[in-house]
Amino acid sequence: MILGRVIGEIHGSIKHPFYEGKKLLVIEKTSPTGVATGDYLIAADSVGAGADERVLVLDEGNGARQVFDSKDGPVRAVVVGIIDDIVT
Amino acid sequence: MLLGRVIGQVVLCVVTPGLEGVPMLLVQPLDKTLKPKGKAIVAADATRMAGPGELVSYEGGREAAMALDPAFVPVDHAILAIVDGVSIT
Repeated sequence: MILGRVIGEIHGSIKHPFYEGKKLLVIEKTSPTGVATGDYLIAADSVGAGADERVLVLDEGNGARQVFDSKDGPVRAVVVGIIDDIVT
Repeated sequence: MLLGRVIGQVVLCVVTPGLEGVPMLLVQPLDKTLKPKGKAIVAADATRMAGPGELVSYEGGREAAMALDPAFVPVDHAILAIVDGVSIT
């Protein structure tokens, strides 16, 4: 799983039918201490994550399709959790 | 998914079975501030509507093959959406 922070959202009217009605969040990947690593990805939201929230991102297709109960959706990255705290 | 910009099209005269009629676009990957980053790739256009210069989001791997109808077309990258706007807070 990937640690990240929601830094934005993308909007598009022309897209694959699977993504109709799903929020697409721009996630900045971060270290456990919250430092940005420079990478980002776009993940479908499944927990209602808002801007600036620290989130847990699943980046694997089969799991992602399971989250959306879809047999053949072209989805790989999904926000599966909003982070409250990281204890190290 | 990642962001990219369509910078061209690859026209094929002979294709492997399953790739007939699949538009192949040249896409320049972008970073989160929409600046070019890395080498251009060729992505199949699952929306079949992305034009030159447009901002798109694309996916790699098995999900790219699943995005095209019928699924499991032999591609490794596919454009899944034409991005109208990116709002970075």
